Amino acid sequence: MIHVIAFYLFAVMTVGSGAITILARNPVHSVLWLILAFFNAAGLMVLTGAEFIAMLLVIVYVGAVAVLFLFVVMMLDIDFAELRAGFVRYLPFGALVALVLLAEIVLGIGAYRAGSLDLGTPDGTAAAGTGLSNIEAVGALLYSRYLFLFEAAGVILLVAMVGAIVLTLRQRSGTRVQNIRKQNMRRPDEATVNVKPESGKGVQL
Amino acid sequence: MTPFFQSLGMSYDWAWFVSTICGILLIALPLMLAVAMIIYVDRKIWAAMALRRGPNVVGPFGLLQSFADGLKVFLQETIVPSAANKGLFLIAPVVTFTVALMAWAVIPFNSNAILADINVGLLYVFAISSLGVYGTIMAGWASNSKYPFFSAMRASAQMISYEVSIGFILICVVLWAGTFNMNGIVLAQKGHLFGIINGFVFNPLLFPMWVLFLISGMAETQRAPFDLTEAESELVAGYQTEYSSMAFAAYWLGEYANVLLMCALNATLFWGGWLPPLDIPVLYLVPGFVWFLLKVFFFFFVFSWVKATVPRYRYDQLMRLGWKVFLPVSLLFVVIVSGYLMATGHFA
Amino acid sequence: MTVGYLIKSFTLWEFVKAHWLTLKYFFKPKATINYPFEKNPLSPRFRGEHALRRYPNGEERCIACKLCEAICPAQAITIEAAPRSDGSRRTTRYDIDMTKCIYCGFCQEACPVDAIVEGPNFEYATESREELLYDKAKLLANGDKWERAIAANLEADAPYR
Repeated sequence: MIHVIAFYLFAVMTVGSGAITILARNPVHSVLWLILAFFNAAGLMVLTGAEFIAMLLVIVYVGAVAVLFLFVVMMLDIDFAELRAGFVRYLPFGALVALVLLAEIVLGIGAYRAGSLDLGTPDGTAAAGTGLSNIEAVGALLYSRYLFLFEAAGVILLVAMVGAIVLTLRQRSGTRVQNIRKQNMRRPDEATVNVKPESGKGVQL
Repeated sequence: MTPFFQSLGMSYDWAWFVSTICGILLIALPLMLAVAMIIYVDRKIWAAMALRRGPNVVGPFGLLQSFADGLKVFLQETIVPSAANKGLFLIAPVVTFTVALMAWAVIPFNSNAILADINVGLLYVFAISSLGVYGTIMAGWASNSKYPFFSAMRASAQMISYEVSIGFILICVVLWAGTFNMNGIVLAQKGHLFGIINGFVFNPLLFPMWVLFLISGMAETQRAPFDLTEAESELVAGYQTEYSSMAFAAYWLGEYANVLLMCALNATLFWGGWLPPLDIPVLYLVPGFVWFLLKVFFFFFVFSWVKATVPRYRYDQLMRLGWKVFLPVSLLFVVIVSGYLMATGHFA
Repeated sequence: MTVGYLIKSFTLWEFVKAHWLTLKYFFKPKATINYPFEKNPLSPRFRGEHALRRYPNGEERCIACKLCEAICPAQAITIEAAPRSDGSRRTTRYDIDMTKCIYCGFCQEACPVDAIVEGPNFEYATESREELLYDKAKLLANGDKWERAIAANLEADAPYR
């Protein structure tokens, strides 16, 4: 009973906030609705017993990716009149996206009618009923059967990171940069001197 | 608690529901009280280290100061700036406050006193604490004002940076404990050193991780010396600038609830949680939650102590510390710890 | 980079030292006084809230010479004068705007009859601005209230004038 209520709550919220993400005029509102959608998706994951995936969804997407989205979107100088002006120009593209989505929905319903998936139990054990917790099951799979793919994904991410750094790092000449190590190593006795100048003489710096 | 309500003649679902609600209230209400008192304690400690007296007039020893402040704030008018995004402006403090309370669901107060004893407890805490930044960002953006906006920018960059190293530190702990379950982590610390001292912190490989965790925790909760989001000399009051009345109080409470959570995490992950410091049968006569609360209070003292001692960091220093010092060091320790555990056959 | 520097930086030695210092201060006696219950001694020359004094027979001292009004650098004093029914010259109005006053003490220096003085009271915060616009009645009431303290202060300071 409670599972059914929770499922419909999460599902309706996911779909609803997803829809508002697209419909909202203000991009910041869009991102915030997107976060709500992520949240409810995490809730659905918990319902199917995949609490590890749910937590990862929250940590990675809500905790990091969406913050960066928000970071960028908040800095936009939004002109709402301009937003509406582009509507006709982007209409064909929008129609295409809508068609793809429609196809997806039709496929999804078809898959659903063919028979639902056995997703496991809500008490945290994996669907296969091995008695392992989610994390152990995922870990065992990742580091044995899918080890190569896992490592390859890691390498790809590393390459992407190095690429991002190479693209954005500019060494400009003529800038004055602090040498923090040098600053930290400075001692009071090498930075200051105590002198007692005669009156009228002053100090030679 | 569920069996108790079942014995009153409820069905299992209802008994579970009622006992969960009771559990939430049992944690949230004392927590609010604790936050009120801890604000008083913070002010007292800070005052004492500056050779001042601190609040001492309202009630005996000034103990009721926080309640007087709360009443004052409650009676104030809530001001919403006309250019603000009203909905988000009012939701933001609620988000901060709720998120600060949510993480307490998986903190074990005693061997069986835990609201949700879930498998992924530590991940849950990590996920929830990463949400804390939204209250700040939303407030900064919705205020439609320069300084709150700068503060929100700083907060998001700062919290993401330190979350990365906190993640690696937590991985070290999880590797050693072999579980994400908070109670499991506490139990794994039993007799950790020479079979007599409880707590991961006495492990030479995990002690540096604890130091990093303590400092990252201060950065994560935006406490001094990392309180750049509300650096009053630069940003007025940071993201709270436009807030007044109960909305302001919600930030205040949420902030201190987060600090208490960090203290509780320090106690749970590194100092043995509700276990007594030494694994001696006599010490187990003292209830576990007493040990836990003592440890939490000690860490709160440390947080106040640091606040009273260290001046505020510069922003570039903060970023350098997070990305160039903490991240490599914690990564290195993940490698060392897992290597050591593999070499000694810890998992066998 | 010496070995000593490395050790110091990795043990966070500077931080440990600083925290040890603040911990010592934590247990030291407080440097501040417990203000509303304890107060510091005040000099007899302390310049606090204004008061208009009277002679021992109850006659007000002020003769409306307007020297204080003239010397006041902040122009906080306003005086209007008229002959009284017995023929003596008295003030009909003596106002001090305490929000303008800079507590320089020139008025009491200028006064030939020691009528306007700055008393030892400094705790007269008000809830509204209007309450700080003192009139003659308020100033005379202050004089009656603080006469003993003011007289003692004037006497203590007399040898140095």
